[in-house]
Amino acid sequence: MEQQEQFDAVLAADERIEPRDWMPEKYRATLIRQIAQHAHSEIIGMQPEGAWLTKAPSLRRKAILLAKVQDEAGHGMYLYSAAETLGVDRSDLLDRLHTGAQKYSTIFNYPTLEWADVGVIGWLVDGAAIVNQVPLCRCSYGPYARAMIRICKEESFHQRQGFEMLLALRDGTDGQRAMLQDAVNRWWWPSLMMFGPPDGASANSSASMAWKIKRHSNDDLRQRFVDMTVPQADVLGVRLPDNDLRWNAERNSHDFGEIDWEEFARVVKGDGPCNTERIERRTAAHTEGEWVREAATAYARKQAAKVGAA
Amino acid sequence: MSEWPLWEVFVRPRRGLGHAHVGSLHAPDAEMALRNARDLYTRRQEGVSIWVVPAGSITASSPEEKDSFFDPAGDKVYRHPTFYTLPPEVDHL
Ligand SMILES: [Fe+2]
Ligand SMILES: [Fe+2]
Repeated sequence: MEQQEQFDAVLAADERIEPRDWMPEKYRATLIRQIAQHAHSEIIGMQPEGAWLTKAPSLRRKAILLAKVQDEAGHGMYLYSAAETLGVDRSDLLDRLHTGAQKYSTIFNYPTLEWADVGVIGWLVDGAAIVNQVPLCRCSYGPYARAMIRICKEESFHQRQGFEMLLALRDGTDGQRAMLQDAVNRWWWPSLMMFGPPDGASANSSASMAWKIKRHSNDDLRQRFVDMTVPQADVLGVRLPDNDLRWNAERNSHDFGEIDWEEFARVVKGDGPCNTERIERRTAAHTEGEWVREAATAYARKQAAKVGAA
Repeated sequence: MSEWPLWEVFVRPRRGLGHAHVGSLHAPDAEMALRNARDLYTRRQEGVSIWVVPAGSITASSPEEKDSFFDPAGDKVYRHPTFYTLPPEVDHL
């Protein structure tokens, strides 16, 4: 009980729990699940944009996109590192991603059909991620909060490069503007789903709020994202594909239409447009990299033996 | 189990500052750990020097004994300058 009191006192003082502190098992399990899921999302998130690396229209865009995809790999690594402080092993987490035992964000199960998709991902998907992630910089678990601070610093580049690319399309040909609008049509609703199920249906929310892992409800964050995105859409001259989207002066916020939660459930269960492809690709990269890991291990062993013999 | 050991990474942000812990990574040996740490933690020139330390080599104080372990410093208020009352003319000391 004394340990529980100490844990509660740290939370009440808004201080951070650190790796070797005592913590309730459920707090630990919740964090492992959330951080792993977050790490997996960063790793799988490299694929939709990675698909355009060889097709970027200029060297400048290619260099930018490469840097962004590398950042997402880095985000995954920061987060696996944070998860490991909770006593799990990184390769076990990867196994759980590959077998489907642990999930990643549904957003990455949608295809990138056109070049405009890459810009729209930067604008909407990284934009939604930022809204989700900024409060996590104050998460009660120290290593997770510190990883999020690093990540948030880098995300701002992601969103800005995306928006800049979309401005070029806006100022381009009719065909480019149509491509931009089409990408917005396809990514808008999946982006809203990134905030998770509505508050009434969110299984883990209340405990996470009490533990200060989460600071705001899913619906609050979703509303924040809609309100900040609407004026940005005006700048781009695109229409957000929602007939119910309008300003509500009473609430001082935008009203918006009903999200298709059945589609969300389908994609979570594995039945999205790209679920199979994403996991196959990830598993293949892991399996095909096996010989590299073995060679590096063998080399390290040889070097160590040489030093030992000298 | 991960086949590669875990390394803790420390980065000196710029000359004049100490190395600070930034995270960890897995690598087969110290040299690869350094290279990976450069790619992972200094993609935007966040450092001018990196240390990598095998995670198992770190000896840490235990949070459970936090009170008793740091106790000896608790009752020595006279180690702080604010303990001493001086007249206003010399109170900048
Ligand atoms: Fe990211
Ligand atoms: Fe990003």
